[in-house]
Amino acid sequence: MRLVIILFFLALIGFTLVATVAEMPLYGHPENPTNNEVPERFIEKGTEETGVMNIIGGILVDYRAFDTLGEATVLFVAIAAALSALKAHSH
Amino acid sequence: MSIVLDTLLLSFLIVCAVAVARTRDLLSAIIIYAAYSLIMAVIWLQLEAPDIAITEAAIGAGVTTLLLIATISKTRREE
Amino acid sequence: MEDLIVRTISRTLVPFIQVYGLYIILHGHLTPGGSFSGGAVLGSSMILFALSFNLERGAKKLSHDASTVLECGGILIFAMLGFYGILAGTNFLTNLKAGFYPGVPGEFFSAGFIIFITVALAFKVASTVITLFYNLIETEGEAHD
Repeated sequence: MRLVIILFFLALIGFTLVATVAEMPLYGHPENPTNNEVPERFIEKGTEETGVMNIIGGILVDYRAFDTLGEATVLFVAIAAALSALKAHSH
Repeated sequence: MSIVLDTLLLSFLIVCAVAVARTRDLLSAIIIYAAYSLIMAVIWLQLEAPDIAITEAAIGAGVTTLLLIATISKTRREE
Repeated sequence: MEDLIVRTISRTLVPFIQVYGLYIILHGHLTPGGSFSGGAVLGSSMILFALSFNLERGAKKLSHDASTVLECGGILIFAMLGFYGILAGTNFLTNLKAGFYPGVPGEFFSAGFIIFITVALAFKVASTVITLFYNLIETEGEAHD
């Protein structure tokens, strides 16, 4: 009886996951919701406005530079927290 | 051609993910996890994201494996 | 680890890994890659050196003080380059409009402050990886295995 319940819930979770994947937009399809005006602007004007050839690098360090600064701060806080936890009992 | 390669890589990924959970030896599990990260890097390259592929190969297969091995050298190897 | 094969192979491999990491960092505005991936490659090459030789020789290559300076200096350079934008009369972290050298897209000296930020962040990421590994290895704790 317990095995039946477990298998039923596993099948339910699997059905939900497969249904979610089946509803997702196709990979690389031009009508996808991610293909709006934002990537168009980056691809057309990116090299001209930031001077980079690697547009992803331009987005990371120029358009979204404040995000990258926050990311570096997160890295700094993480290493500080790890060091204070590792070195806590040595002194 | 690309569909065959993608199917092969994704099935390797599933096999690796199941094997990590089934392995009793923690060192073997870490090495299988490194193989998982390497296959994931090739999949990122197939999805035309070379930035993420380089990062995954360096951090997922290199640094994470070293940190986990350093951790089990301080603790126990068997589960 | 006192293994001749591991030592010989890592002595041959480490310079190539470091050159590849520097290539990823310095060409962050031209080819795929950038600060985080290049820094991780550089840091793992240092960890490979420290693992294959003993840890004391690796620690002489990058002391804890140098790691502290790199750690804080990376963010500091980033923020200073951002404040230059305010001094020049534009917003925080403005690149070409604040008067950085634009260059010709595709050449090495181009794209304003992007290359400075990439180098600073990459050394910060590399020192983070190395510091975390050293402190994890040096922590006292009985090894059961």
